[in-house]
Amino acid sequence: MKLKSAILFLVITIATVLTGCEQLIVLDPKGPQAETQANDIIISASIMLFIVLAVFGILAYMLIKYRASKQKEDYEPPHIEGSILVESICVGIPVLIVAVLSFMSVQSNYKVEATPAGYEDKEPLVVYASSSAWKWHFSYPEEGIETVNYLYIPTDRALEFKLYSFGTISSFWIPQLGGQKYAMSDMVNTLHLAADVPGEYMGRNANFNGKGFAENTFNVTAMPQNEFDDWVEEVKDTASPITEEKFDELLEPGHLGQLTFTGTHLDFRPAPEGEHGGHNHGSSSNEDDSDEENHEVHDHEDHDHEESEHHH
Amino acid sequence: MEFFERFAIPHPSPAIYASMVAIGLTVIAIIAGLTYFKKWGYLWREWLTTVDHKRIGIMYLISALLMLFRGGADAIMMRAQLSMPENKLLDAQHYNEIFTTHGVVMIMFMAMPFIMALMNFVVPLQIGARDVAFPRLNALSFWLFFMGAMLFNISFVIGGSPDAGWTSYFPLAGTEFSESVGTNYYMIALQIAGIGTLATGINFMTTILKMRAPGMTLMKMPMFTWSAFITNIIIVFAFPVLTVALAMGTLDRLFASNFFTTNNGGMDMLWANLFWVWGHPEVYILVLPAFGIYSEIISTFARRNLYGYKSMVASMVIISLLSFLVWVHHFFTMGQGAFVNSIFSITTMAIAVPTGVKIFNWLFTLWKGKIVITTPMLYSLLFIPLFTIGGVTGVMLGMSAADYQYHNTMFLVAHFHLVIIPGVVFAMLAGLTYYWPKMFGFMLNERLGKLSAWIISISTLVAFIPMFFSGLDGQARRMYTYSEQAGFTMWNMISFVGAAGLAIGFALIVYNIYYSIRYAPRDIGSDPWDARSLEWATHSPVPEYNFAIVPNVDSTEAFWDAKKKGHKLFKGELEKIHMPNNSPIPFIMSSIFFVWGFSFVFAMWIPLIIATIGIFGCMAYQSFEKDHGRYISVEEIKETEEKLGGPTV
Repeated sequence: MKLKSAILFLVITIATVLTGCEQLIVLDPKGPQAETQANDIIISASIMLFIVLAVFGILAYMLIKYRASKQKEDYEPPHIEGSILVESICVGIPVLIVAVLSFMSVQSNYKVEATPAGYEDKEPLVVYASSSAWKWHFSYPEEGIETVNYLYIPTDRALEFKLYSFGTISSFWIPQLGGQKYAMSDMVNTLHLAADVPGEYMGRNANFNGKGFAENTFNVTAMPQNEFDDWVEEVKDTASPITEEKFDELLEPGHLGQLTFTGTHLDFRPAPEGEHGGHNHGSSSNEDDSDEENHEVHDHEDHDHEESEHHH
Repeated sequence: MEFFERFAIPHPSPAIYASMVAIGLTVIAIIAGLTYFKKWGYLWREWLTTVDHKRIGIMYLISALLMLFRGGADAIMMRAQLSMPENKLLDAQHYNEIFTTHGVVMIMFMAMPFIMALMNFVVPLQIGARDVAFPRLNALSFWLFFMGAMLFNISFVIGGSPDAGWTSYFPLAGTEFSESVGTNYYMIALQIAGIGTLATGINFMTTILKMRAPGMTLMKMPMFTWSAFITNIIIVFAFPVLTVALAMGTLDRLFASNFFTTNNGGMDMLWANLFWVWGHPEVYILVLPAFGIYSEIISTFARRNLYGYKSMVASMVIISLLSFLVWVHHFFTMGQGAFVNSIFSITTMAIAVPTGVKIFNWLFTLWKGKIVITTPMLYSLLFIPLFTIGGVTGVMLGMSAADYQYHNTMFLVAHFHLVIIPGVVFAMLAGLTYYWPKMFGFMLNERLGKLSAWIISISTLVAFIPMFFSGLDGQARRMYTYSEQAGFTMWNMISFVGAAGLAIGFALIVYNIYYSIRYAPRDIGSDPWDARSLEWATHSPVPEYNFAIVPNVDSTEAFWDAKKKGHKLFKGELEKIHMPNNSPIPFIMSSIFFVWGFSFVFAMWIPLIIATIGIFGCMAYQSFEKDHGRYISVEEIKETEEKLGGPTV
């Protein structure tokens, strides 16, 4: 029986492969957000596996029982309209499953869009992560330093990444710390992450952005706060300052290795937030626009309350 | 000199030069062959100017098969490139062009014409009509699609292919970051083909609403016709969005407007939103007719009526509504916040409910049946488990917080291939095999057919299941290479083996067609599958007028009841039949559209203006032409019917 053996083969393959899942980085989380997501993945996959097996089971049953070869020559299949009861069950069970998953999904949405659970007491570290073809620039405004293509972060402290782009849409992704979010040229997105354990993690741009996309990666090193402080001090002592001229050079399309600077580009090239945002939301050239438009500006700023230091 | 430089390929390779030579030789061979065998007149009279829905369907079918191999070649190259780390088979630019054209060709120029082929061929027959409501518009739809496809396909030998992905996200696709004419081809070719599709939508809605045989109420329509009806409603609502988005993209690229640019107030995500407001319903435009095909085939070979007819219809109506309410799930990661994501997460997962109803109804159609496993049935039965895997992973992707991890990865690629291949491609192959005898009067070989169905199914699993794992291991989609340390090698190697298997499976289908043309018996009658709906109540191949007498319907399975319960389908006497005349206008107008598109791509304004005048000229000519069609006399009908073997029921 070809179908049976095919199904058996499939089940065995799935089972063997699932046991090897711990090595998959998304399922090997090193931070609270990634953990929330890995849990969602595992739970939804298990529920779905149950559905797949149920469908396979019913299909196999029908095929084995109602094959023409199993039946009398003169058997005439009956005419059967639907049945309200059967069809209600076929609607009811999926509705229940979807309801459970929706509940989980909504709950997780609010978790990943907020400061990670257990990290609320400490002030988060704010890092501006901006992309250009095909690099990542990391500015630490509080520390007053900037790196290219590598990221040092403290463990046990919430991280707030402010994402934007100097060109195409990119997506900032450190799979073991949490899922990705877009970096765009006309607005700043906030991604809340945290690292539980020290270690080196892979980070990359996940959204296709042209020729250099495959190599558009960065290294992430998580370390205890005191080591992080030492590193900041060391950078301040050894690195050269970033200038507007130098930064423009860095923006040229191409690949760069890892670079370190003191100061940040935010001073001369502010992020597209608040008054610097896109969509004409109060860019300086539009200051004498109509009242109506100014009203919109304020609405927009209200949403961006985190950046209050920029316009108050 | 600068003028001519634009026509050159930005980064030529031996493969591209070889394709140029191959294209040149093929064109010469076709022209020489047609001339030698004196077939120009035949081609012009019987095909290029035809308005017959069956012939238009067959032309769609041939185009779709050709494009399947064009897109398949792209796929094989991609999988080969990724089969090993640091592979040098393709460079980044070449790879980017290939995955872009693979996506566009497979969705727009393979899957779309394939469903158009089956809708064109089957729907008028299923509802007992003589043709579609607007036969000439139907021909125009086909030729616009065909010219759009040709325009898109010449891009890789003239000027360079688009390279910003099949989704063509701006600002990457804008002139700031994509200077070559590649994306112009994308914008204009899809625009031309899209106008054709929109016209088809209007045409088939009208046909199904106004031209059903007497007695066939809406709730007595065969399920494929229902699916085609709902699909065409979605087309009419969704395609205008694509039209507008493409027009805005064209303005950005050729007239320096700033809808999607990074400065001057352009909004980068506006394109993505517009694209997916069309793009998600598009998924259902493809998959609903496929569901219709499965409904016909499963009920035919379970030898039973379709279980839950009403809930089948209801589920399609609900799917069509929900399809417009989920587009944001293509970019949960845009930064719209937890509330918006929650809403779209729930609507997305909700689609699983009506889809699940359909799966269960098919399973219950098998219940108490007498299942005969033919090639079309085998595809339909293999579709159920494979599509379920694809479908449930879709629910997983609908969990928006988790989607932050799936987004842009191979996990997503695995999901949508496991939905589209079993969902659409299997249905088209099943439909092709099922309707082949009705189209050509002989059957495809069953042994070869079943063998290819098995090879294609197993290869689909081998090719795409590994991607779930490489995705969860951090492999982003659209990467042209990866390092050995990344750990993706094994998964990608397995995928490549699966892709090779798919190539063998599809090659076997071509061999089957060749084999069956040569050896298949021709005396198979008009109803070789012992089927249930009206298309089997006429001769194979179908005469030009479809039915000598318009059938009378009083159940959902008119032909089956005529066979089993002795309902009389054809009442009354033969009368002369009114038929539309052939017209060269659709072909000529679409050819001018090709010139228009090509001029637009290269911003050659004078030819563009001349072509525009030509297009309006064709429309004016058409508007003032007095053509009242023609009549087929009773004698002629009698003669044809006699030749085809007399009455069928």
